[in-house]
Amino acid sequence: MSHLATVSMASPAMESLYPQKDMTLNKRDGFEDLMEERRHSSDLRYAMRCYTPVLYKDLVPRTPSALRSIVLKSDQVQYVIKQLSKETGESPDIISDEASDILEKMGHGLRLSVVRFFAFALSKIFKALFQKVRVNEEGIHKLHQAIQEYPVVLLPSHRSYIDFLMLSYIMYTYDLCLPVIAAGMDFMGMKIVGEMLRMSGAFFIRRSFGADKLYWAVFSEYVKTILRNGDAPVEFFVEGTRSRTGKSLIPKLGLFNIAIEPFLMGEVFDMYLVPISISYERILEESLYAHELLGVPKPKESTSGLLKARKILSENFGSIHVYFGQPVSVRSLATGTVRRSQYNLVPRHIPRKPSGDVYRFLDAVGHRMVMLQQKNMVISPWALVATVIIQNLPSLPLSDLTRQTLWLKAIAEAFGAFIDWPRNVTNDKVIRSSLALRHSIVKTVKDQVVLCQEVTPAEFTVENIFKYTVSVLMCASYRNQILHVFVRPALVTIAFQNAHSCRREDVYSCFSYLHKVFSDEFIFLPGDLVKDFDEGLYLLVKSGAIQGSHTQIYISEKGGVTISFLSDMFRPFLEGYQVICKYLQCTEHTDHFTEKKFISEIRSYAAENILTGAIKYNEVLSMDMQKNALAALARLGAMEKLKIANGNVYKVNKQAVTKVANMLAPTIPVKNATAARL
Amino acid sequence: MLSARRGCWDSRCQFPSDPGWQPQHGRMASAEEEHRELRARQRLRVMAGHLRRAEPAPPPGLNQCRAVEPGSADSAAKSAGTIPRRRQEILKWNGWGYNDSKFTFNKKGQGEFTGRRYRLSGMVLPALKEWMEKSFGASLEHRTTQRTTPNLQDLPLSILNEECLKELENLGIPFSQDPEDRLIRSHGHCLHEIFALREGKVERVPDVVIWPSCHSDVVKIVQLASKHNVCIIPFGGGTSVSDALECPTDEKRTILSLDTSQMNRILWVDEKNLTAHVEAGITGQDLERQLGEHGYCTGHEPDSMEFSSLGGWVATRASGMKKNIYGNIEDLVVYIKMITPRGIVEKSCQGPRMSTGPDIYHFIMGSEGTLGVVTEVTIKIRALPEYQKYGSIVFPNFEHGVACLREVARQRCAPASIRLMDNTQFQFGHALKPQVASIFTSFLDGLKKFYITKFKGFDPNELCVATLLFEGSREKVLQQEKHVYDIAAKVGGLAAGEDNGQRGYMLTFVIAYIRDLGMDYYIIGESFETSVPWDRVIDLCRNVKEKLVRESKERGVQFPPLATCRVTQTYDAGACVYFYFAFNYRGISDPISVFEQIEASAREEILENGGSLSHHHGVGKLRKRWLKESISDVGVGMLKSVKQYVDPNNIFGNQNLL
Repeated sequence: MSHLATVSMASPAMESLYPQKDMTLNKRDGFEDLMEERRHSSDLRYAMRCYTPVLYKDLVPRTPSALRSIVLKSDQVQYVIKQLSKETGESPDIISDEASDILEKMGHGLRLSVVRFFAFALSKIFKALFQKVRVNEEGIHKLHQAIQEYPVVLLPSHRSYIDFLMLSYIMYTYDLCLPVIAAGMDFMGMKIVGEMLRMSGAFFIRRSFGADKLYWAVFSEYVKTILRNGDAPVEFFVEGTRSRTGKSLIPKLGLFNIAIEPFLMGEVFDMYLVPISISYERILEESLYAHELLGVPKPKESTSGLLKARKILSENFGSIHVYFGQPVSVRSLATGTVRRSQYNLVPRHIPRKPSGDVYRFLDAVGHRMVMLQQKNMVISPWALVATVIIQNLPSLPLSDLTRQTLWLKAIAEAFGAFIDWPRNVTNDKVIRSSLALRHSIVKTVKDQVVLCQEVTPAEFTVENIFKYTVSVLMCASYRNQILHVFVRPALVTIAFQNAHSCRREDVYSCFSYLHKVFSDEFIFLPGDLVKDFDEGLYLLVKSGAIQGSHTQIYISEKGGVTISFLSDMFRPFLEGYQVICKYLQCTEHTDHFTEKKFISEIRSYAAENILTGAIKYNEVLSMDMQKNALAALARLGAMEKLKIANGNVYKVNKQAVTKVANMLAPTIPVKNATAARL
Repeated sequence: MLSARRGCWDSRCQFPSDPGWQPQHGRMASAEEEHRELRARQRLRVMAGHLRRAEPAPPPGLNQCRAVEPGSADSAAKSAGTIPRRRQEILKWNGWGYNDSKFTFNKKGQGEFTGRRYRLSGMVLPALKEWMEKSFGASLEHRTTQRTTPNLQDLPLSILNEECLKELENLGIPFSQDPEDRLIRSHGHCLHEIFALREGKVERVPDVVIWPSCHSDVVKIVQLASKHNVCIIPFGGGTSVSDALECPTDEKRTILSLDTSQMNRILWVDEKNLTAHVEAGITGQDLERQLGEHGYCTGHEPDSMEFSSLGGWVATRASGMKKNIYGNIEDLVVYIKMITPRGIVEKSCQGPRMSTGPDIYHFIMGSEGTLGVVTEVTIKIRALPEYQKYGSIVFPNFEHGVACLREVARQRCAPASIRLMDNTQFQFGHALKPQVASIFTSFLDGLKKFYITKFKGFDPNELCVATLLFEGSREKVLQQEKHVYDIAAKVGGLAAGEDNGQRGYMLTFVIAYIRDLGMDYYIIGESFETSVPWDRVIDLCRNVKEKLVRESKERGVQFPPLATCRVTQTYDAGACVYFYFAFNYRGISDPISVFEQIEASAREEILENGGSLSHHHGVGKLRKRWLKESISDVGVGMLKSVKQYVDPNNIFGNQNLL
């Protein structure tokens, strides 16, 4: 890499630029290690201790069965039952029984004995798996307060199955009310464990409701009933599913709508949303995810599968940071942005789709919550190391890795990242132990750091490429953990390079296009385009990479390093999208095709290109990227999305695809400038 | 046409002086009936204790209408209303109600209510002090200083050109440019208006006050105003709580305050159709008293009925406490005559219902003085109820109470009045309990309390009370009473006796006086109302109260405010909810603006929770900003086009509503 030489020269100067260290120290000191105490005292006593969580101030206590009967008798559910009976001719009693069944399956039945069992078992398991489980105490205090004031919705990030177990475990430890969790129905496959999860507070939803109105009505009323009365905090994942890539996912709004409706309809005065960031130094499912992304089907969750996973207990998964964010009042978010009076004219129990402004509100709140999760993520040294490695494949010397990682650490901190860099240890040692923890991904051969699944050109076969890509994707998933820190400045630098212009205006128009293309890939607050650009530019100016006036932008003397590093960081995405565009441009599609077909074709197309060496970054093989690209192209009009009976089909608009492809690649300055304004 | 209306007392039914006149049901004649009726009247007198007449009304002054009518001097004197031209002689210039009636603390620090007019008058209220200290963090040591006399020095000079003055004099209708008269008609009873009076802050006030005494006087006045482009602001009882009487500060023309208080006669009563034709300036108490002397009533009893006028009720779409039996003003009115700059609006017959296009009376009802002056109204009357009974119900909490009211409304068995107070108001009611006369009563009270809280397990900080008033034939009342108590029992309510109910209604008229006491001790407060569908009553009450508390805190109010509500009316489709909001403003430099901001945010909360902009107070200028949102752009346009046609030069320029 060309910039390696300059990095070492730049870094001392850079270090002095970042005086924020004290702040991060405080933040670090605010964390308490849960495992510390668990390692020194009896787990049994811990599990059996007196558990008296604080409750919502207006709570009317009730049993799970009372709750179920309230839901069943509610106007909402009764209305839908009557509707369905009218539509299908089925007797209301039968439908009502069906609803009752659904409730039975769904209804959580909190049993303290099960909770205690979990507390005991999870103590053992977590101690074996993790070195530390660190929780910010201030956040716990605030949550403690919030639970008493208004109904609370917990919104953890979702990277692992461990997430919700961990969260409930923490709530129990701090004597907080155990949350009621909306979890995927596939857990129910795990018979005993599923039942136990249910008794510890989880309730279950099907992955997709489809057109099942009854299920939807019962489910949404169940969630709302809990929220209205404030029985317990409701917990769900805004991202909808576990992120396989380490990047945050675009928020899913269905559950969000349900959870916020009691506020919008005036049934509660306010609600708190609590974004929770759970950062893993090493994710349990890392290799599973990589396989999934490459199209290897996910093994169905089963109890025996879980038992087989026992062997992971012998592995070290580093530490976990759980950051409870500041509770956000839904009321304060809604003030001035959404008219609640729109619910005045239709009885509140009649189900309705969110109106345009409510939808936009939900979308904005969802994005904001995901961004708050990102903001409070704790980044491990390994994420930095992985970022450097992936930019220097197939190999780089350990000394370079160390130097570049430290440089990256400095710049990441300047950009506001919170890095959990061990103190009182030499930097060298930090990197070495970081590498050691990932012995399944990387190895050091003769002072050269390489991926475990190394391939030499001679061994290039499709099968090998996939094997190799597993390692790449695993590595990339850790790099992805820090992308949110860099995405704004990086897109500015890419825009700057693509625009071939120093005019701020041109860079901005190029930026706005990239922003649009990648808005499924990265989290941007809707409507914050200008702010994002300004922020990206500001960070670049602050770090000395770019100088500029109000109208002109220049790369500073020493800024080249930063610029090229940042743009390289996002190059895999840029290239991936380009490859996909190219594929769509050069192949003939007479028919419409489904997403499934699209993915499998892209996959073989990309694999061939990798074999021939035409593609540099293997990440295009990731299903996640393919899906995001498809969504982006559909959004940009390059793919026409048509709804048919069993899903969507797509149709290519070649002209529009060409336009997207052109916008992603650097073009001739003048032409670009005009095109960008279109 | 005008001369025809001079005949104010139609011989047909001049009941005050006609000896042959007898109430309809009186003819039934049996001794028992008569006895029953006597009792009914007696009860009415008890209930209307507050209506005890003040001093004998001052002799009528120069009164054209009456003066021209030679034979009617006697009846004119008889019908003179309670409110004289110089209102300040009997009414406070700086607060609510009569000069002689007010809350105060005696030397021992005990609360007292002065005067002799009300049941509570002269009573000692031992719990009041503690309640004020506890609810507001107020202290008797921290008193505000207020003016003892109105600030007349700073009053703007009266704008009135010579020519206009001359013509005004020629009309022969009494008028005044006296500063005090003008100041007193420059405001209603909004908090900020009273606060400003006490502080001596004055802005725009009327330039002239005029007292027409009949319809034709008003015609002349409106003609004169149109000719000279004078702005008229009609003034009835002055009890507005919507800034409706506030003079627009940007009004450069002469402002003429048209005080209708001297147009206060019942012109005729039609017993066959049970209607009475009344001049619009009559106050509620005069109307009910005069009708009552002959066995009739309208049954329209807004809380302000001692002072508010018939014309004012029509202009604001008023609602009365007993609307369940008698209806609201729009149900009561059969005929309206209004004088506008364009001419007179009226209907040509008194049919009980018409299908003649949109009801023009509905342009008048709620027009808030923007279109003209209502001069005469035909209103329905009913025989005085034979039997009255109070009652009360205790509920374990507000939700149960609302459930009971809802069920009562569903079964359409609502008594004349049914009101549900929340816990805070229940406690406030206790603060106004007079000193107990005997140990026995106190013992009995203790026993009741023990039964409800200990035996029945009601939480004293949750329970709430509904007060009831039944009216009608004895048989029906008892039947209805049973019906209501049965419903109450089903939702977990306990009948709590007649006394509690009666006390509740007695306080209705007294409660308006309490704000003046609060203001002496840094407490400012106001009430506001809304109407809301049944399914949203509880949510709305909770959210608005919480909003008040939260906003107060955010705006730097040092002590938790009083935020309380009651459900005062039930309808088929919803209820009317009244909020009381007050706080201790020590430590706040601009309490009124803080108060208004909080009130506005509460109103927004009401609207967002499915409540209406107003149930009966009206829009005035206080709630104008939300009218468009409430009735749509086109709706506002419709009202505007009516205004444009009726009053193109904006003679009725009080700037209310639109």
